[in-house]
Amino acid sequence: MHKKEILLWLAAALILAFFVSPFAASSPDGLEKVADDKGFLEKGETEPVVSSPVPDYTWPGIKNEGMATGLAGIFGTLVVFGLAYGIGAMTKR
Amino acid sequence: MHIPDGFLAANTWVPAWVISVGGLGYCVKRASEALKDKMVPLMGVMAAFIFAAQMLNFPVVAGTSGHLLGGVLAAVLLGPYAGAVVIAVVLAVQCLVFQDGGLTALGANILNMSFIGTMGGYIIYSLIRKAIGDNKGILMGAAIAAWVSVVLASSACAIELAVSGTSPLKIVLPAMMLVHMLIGIGEAIISVFVLSFVLKTRPDLIYNEEV
Repeated sequence: MHKKEILLWLAAALILAFFVSPFAASSPDGLEKVADDKGFLEKGETEPVVSSPVPDYTWPGIKNEGMATGLAGIFGTLVVFGLAYGIGAMTKR
Repeated sequence: MHIPDGFLAANTWVPAWVISVGGLGYCVKRASEALKDKMVPLMGVMAAFIFAAQMLNFPVVAGTSGHLLGGVLAAVLLGPYAGAVVIAVVLAVQCLVFQDGGLTALGANILNMSFIGTMGGYIIYSLIRKAIGDNKGILMGAAIAAWVSVVLASSACAIELAVSGTSPLKIVLPAMMLVHMLIGIGEAIISVFVLSFVLKTRPDLIYNEEV
């Protein structure tokens, strides 16, 4: 892949993460819904084993929810891009 | 279907961690044999795209949403091993940075989505692609494998919940399968949409097994 092409694909992912993610459906996903219906949802509502810096895809300290989600999306997209690229480059050697 | 902390008992999450660590080691080894230069940036791009797409929950039925898993999509472009590594990277970041999926359950989430969903899905895709051939085989194979991969991963998740004593199998398995049969339709549509675009613009990016 050419550099320009990589940047285009990455830009597309960043646009999805920033502009579209705030409009995503907020209802529970398949597992959460089943957990709720079958009465075991509360088992997952304990304190998580590690506390995350950006819980629930919401950048802390930003009042505007859409902006907080969008920023979290941009951050995550860049982190996984760098990690997967790096692991790929290390694996290749 | 990112399992949070608390849903799985140690009798389930500990073995799942062992399997996922061992399995990822194997995947990295196999990927290094098959990885071509052009695939390294594609690993980064696919991780970015799948992470972003996983944030986009689409509604399925009343009060339920689903999102792309992306395992089959990644495997069609990167092969099963590098594809599984990419999905595992996405799952690990979602867990550690965004609290999406618990740390204890990360092994099980990797087992379900990265191994069963991605590598299992790739086997189904590969069989259908060979049977039909051409681009039609790629798209048909990806569509069916995408749907099956989501249902299989959700079934594995249900079995783990049952083994943990969280919910009886006869209750949780049909419930998980049913809702993911619907979510799987979205998985198939998104996978075919992206792959059609790739086939039009960069067909050489489709992974071909060495013969």
